[in-house]
Amino acid sequence: MMAQVVGGYFTSHVPAIGGAIQRGEQQSAYWKPFFDGFPPVRQWLAEVRPDVAVVFYNDHGLNFFLDAMPTFAVGAATHYDNEDEGWGLPVYKSFTGHPALSWHIIDALVGAEFDITTCQAMKVDHALSIPFELAWPDAAAWPVKLVPIAINTVQFPLPSPRRCHALGRAVGQALHSWGGRERIVVMGTGGLSHQLEGARAGFMNPEYDRFCLDHLASNPAALTAHSAEQVAELAGTQGVEILNWIAARGALGDAPQAMVMRNYHLPISNTAAATMVLEPVCA
Amino acid sequence: MAWVDGRVEADRALRRAIPGTALFDGDLAARGFALNAMCHSFNNAANRAAFVADEQAYGDKFGLTGPQRAAVAARNVPAMLAAGGNVYYLAKLAGIFGLNVQDLGALQKGCSVAQFRAMLLAQRAWVDPALDGLHLGPVAALWEHA
Repeated sequence: MMAQVVGGYFTSHVPAIGGAIQRGEQQSAYWKPFFDGFPPVRQWLAEVRPDVAVVFYNDHGLNFFLDAMPTFAVGAATHYDNEDEGWGLPVYKSFTGHPALSWHIIDALVGAEFDITTCQAMKVDHALSIPFELAWPDAAAWPVKLVPIAINTVQFPLPSPRRCHALGRAVGQALHSWGGRERIVVMGTGGLSHQLEGARAGFMNPEYDRFCLDHLASNPAALTAHSAEQVAELAGTQGVEILNWIAARGALGDAPQAMVMRNYHLPISNTAAATMVLEPVCA
Repeated sequence: MAWVDGRVEADRALRRAIPGTALFDGDLAARGFALNAMCHSFNNAANRAAFVADEQAYGDKFGLTGPQRAAVAARNVPAMLAAGGNVYYLAKLAGIFGLNVQDLGALQKGCSVAQFRAMLLAQRAWVDPALDGLHLGPVAALWEHA
């Protein structure tokens, strides 16, 4: 039996979610509509039993600074730690890596002419930890090994949606050619529409968010017609984190996917939040 | 490939054409390097303490420009952005002052935090009921009935 991609899990990752978890506010009136999206996510994960997660996310200045900013960076470490991100908050649990699968993906990506950065040591921030905390809230240790893939959503020029989708497709092809027997979940984190800075701070765009959620399962190419700058105009300056979702969707392959669940709620913090699970259609 | 060049030019122009927004690109990243480097150092608690102990001396270590120094001293977020600050890094500085992203939003829009939060909440009116809330596909709906 070959490795199997069991599906995709997508969710927002804003730091305030971690604060709500730490204060136990999941059932408060403000937070409940967001956290109500996660029982179906957990049920689905219990059914599909992944043992590896390949996660597309963006670093917020924990591992990468602007002195050397990779467009795409693939982790190949034996383990990944969170650290103080500047706010002195509790540090999130560490992750166990899967270096052999990481190097297989790296070989496949460079073979497919993606000129990626390779990281044998890599700190991971809330963009990775919060989706795990939401998915496995009671886990003493994460039940899956990690392959993190960081996309630059901080400093323009950003990679285009089309390029992110192509990167994800190449990662998906690498997963299918991997000789192991792992059950692999693909994750995309961040978004949806939000903007933290400037006179347009607080901007959200439910219409564009709906366009993304409506097309991700069946026609992700629709999301790749915009440039990264156009996505920033539509989704806000931090809404460009949808690039992580687009890449993750690419890794699920070209076939339409079945929607297991989706949840949309705004605002959490300054953000329109969404969660979605997709899985292959049963033929 | 002229059409590619045209697209690149249009996208570059859009970086300064979105209302109330300046996309963080090479121009801003180059202008803001010292300020962002200082803010990046605040991942370390000892560095945060050193900044609090002597802001001026700490800024000197990173070679802040005049506008950056003035913007930090005045806690002027729009001026920090104009001086090349990136909001992901400025958020680490804001944390030292006990400010969250709603506080930052209010400071940038010149309104109260309560007004900024109300503006965020008011956007719920724009959410189509067909989009809002939890929706289950056929597989998940079966769990609900199990």
